[in-house]
Amino acid sequence: MKKLLIALIMLVPGMAFASAGGVHLESANINLDNDAAKQRGAKYFVNYCLGCHSLKYERWQRMQEFGLSIDDIKEHLMPANAKPGDLMTIAMKTGDAQAWFGNPAPDLTLEARLRGTDWIYTYLKSFYLDDTRPFGVNNRVFDKVGMPHVLWELQGFKKPVYRYDVTMKGHVEQSFESEAEAEAFIKEHGEHGDFKISKVVHELAVASEGQLDEAEYDKVVRDIVTFLAYMAEPVKLERQRLGIWVLLFLALLFVSAYLLKKEYWKDIH
Amino acid sequence: MSTMQNLVNWIDDRFPMTKVWNEHLAQYYAPKNFNFWYFFGSLALLVLVNQILTGVWLAMMYKPSAADAFASVEYIMRDVEWGWLIRYMHSTGASAFFIVIYLHMFRGILYGSHKKPREMVWLFGTVIYVVMMATAFMGYLLPWGQMSFWGAQVIVNLFQAIPVIGEDLSVWIRGDYVISDATLNRFFALHFLLPFILAALVFLHIVALHKVGSNNPDGVEIKKNKDENGIPKDGIPFHPYYTVKDIVGVVVFLMFFAGIIFFWPEANGYFLEKPNFEPANPLKTPDHIAPVWYFTPFYAILRAVPSFAGTQVWGVIAMGVSIVAFFLLPWLDKSNAKSIRYKGPLFKYALWVFAITFAVLGYLGVVPATENGTMIAQMLTLIYFGFFFLMPTYTRETSDKTTMTKIYFLAMAVSTLATLYYWWLFEGGAAGSMGVKLFVTAIAAGHFIIFGIKPWAKPEQSKPVPERVTG
Repeated sequence: MKKLLIALIMLVPGMAFASAGGVHLESANINLDNDAAKQRGAKYFVNYCLGCHSLKYERWQRMQEFGLSIDDIKEHLMPANAKPGDLMTIAMKTGDAQAWFGNPAPDLTLEARLRGTDWIYTYLKSFYLDDTRPFGVNNRVFDKVGMPHVLWELQGFKKPVYRYDVTMKGHVEQSFESEAEAEAFIKEHGEHGDFKISKVVHELAVASEGQLDEAEYDKVVRDIVTFLAYMAEPVKLERQRLGIWVLLFLALLFVSAYLLKKEYWKDIH
Repeated sequence: MSTMQNLVNWIDDRFPMTKVWNEHLAQYYAPKNFNFWYFFGSLALLVLVNQILTGVWLAMMYKPSAADAFASVEYIMRDVEWGWLIRYMHSTGASAFFIVIYLHMFRGILYGSHKKPREMVWLFGTVIYVVMMATAFMGYLLPWGQMSFWGAQVIVNLFQAIPVIGEDLSVWIRGDYVISDATLNRFFALHFLLPFILAALVFLHIVALHKVGSNNPDGVEIKKNKDENGIPKDGIPFHPYYTVKDIVGVVVFLMFFAGIIFFWPEANGYFLEKPNFEPANPLKTPDHIAPVWYFTPFYAILRAVPSFAGTQVWGVIAMGVSIVAFFLLPWLDKSNAKSIRYKGPLFKYALWVFAITFAVLGYLGVVPATENGTMIAQMLTLIYFGFFFLMPTYTRETSDKTTMTKIYFLAMAVSTLATLYYWWLFEGGAAGSMGVKLFVTAIAAGHFIIFGIKPWAKPEQSKPVPERVTG
């Protein structure tokens, strides 16, 4: 009976939700404790993101928690008419955003909890040139996204290297570098079934250099993700720190509760 | 006489304080052989108190309107002193409540606590369970996230499937044609009210329990063996023995509870679902809508039953019956012994198969429906109902069966045959793979033969139950 119970409990972690999208997400590998990263992330966020994306569930003054003074925040980050206790809203009207981008840019306060840090990290690294899109770029982890490649100055532009998958009933049979090779394969094996060719982005190659090399750009993205992760749940570090003490206290309480029980129960046979 | 004693006497002359204390704690004799499973009653009470206290505090800061609800939860998480802790205690408490209650119910079935003379204890318990589900469902809408909104939409739409009145009924529940501000506001009012009704029901549950006395892992009635003072020989006063023991259980529970609150509050998307970090958007349906884990076994049953004769009401009926079945349990279990320790082997198998069925149905209710998954859910739905409605057959210890037993048996036989027909012969029925089709057929048929047909030939026999508890 006990074995069965344990087996059932062991099953639970296996029931995790499948991650969204077909693209492998790179690990953001952030250190939430790194104040310098959060400060740099805040700077990048205000410079590059905050024009369209609000952080409207959080206040400017929160940034004091990772080492910025109210004066730093006022001088370098806040708009002139804001107060430190204000929510980090944006001036862009929803209707305008709708007209310019098709969809208003979402608020990002909880993005790191909604999609995860790895997703944001990979997303910001996955823009590629695509003439069919209004802003000339598409994204590997968010197909047909309405957002331009805001960080292009830093990263430069990437171009897609396509792959041609020959599929049957949704399963990939074989992959080729050119469409001609894929067609040749189908010609050869065509009588065996209903083959289809699907063109997928295999990898991204450099189309034009940016101001930063790849490692430097990754660091910028990681800083932004660190900042967003902090803003998604500012209390996370504090709750984990506190949790240790709570568990230690409960462990002590357990010992005394157990001894008390043992003392009372020694005369029950 | 001391001042304290004077005060107690003064109160006792006007209110039966000492009498109540003695009757329900200091001189309430509980069997001395309670095991691990008996912690969950006191834990359920603890979690209820936790939910009410944290809930009242949340209500001081929460704003029940479609425009403000989501932001007010984030306000609690960020700007309210210790608001994050209160909120996580409440959100984790909701799941903890169901974990504890499922284990408490399982204990009841394991040791026959539903059987005579504890039918009323069991019935109050099942009412508590249903009210708890209603409370949890309404509470889940309040954060006004995407899953809150769409989960509520799906569940309230179920009422639409009821013939004739369905449409009007669902509008009456929502107060609107879609889930909206009006719905949120009334759900908040009811979510605040229901826990106090729960507390009243818990009171009745305990009053009924103390009238008949506690069961125990042996299913022995300790009141049948009393000493010269009228005290059960196998009984010990609840206070202090079980109060000090339950404190140990409480501390261990709190270690798990705190572990989740402080280190794993989202529980991988099970306690706090990821889509709920995005505000409700009536124009954007999430890719996959799943209720919270504690409802998913019933949700899987709902999805497993196909629509028939142009209506989906059958799934709703099946889901309703799957919950109502718990109410019937005291009268479905015909075995002579209460505890699984002395019951025949069929009941043991049936109970463990049921526990696994419940868990796997819960899993299938979480993941998106697939063709193979649907067939497995249909097979498990049969097993779920078989546990209850074949129970009079596989627990009765004589070969003559009552009319009701025969009716339940026939209903299960017809359901099983109908499912097999649906899988193999019905056009547009099962669409899954042949391997799974053979598997579910073998399991469903095998289950019916073992628990439905075999007991007619050879009824179950309980082992003799000892006079006294066995330690």
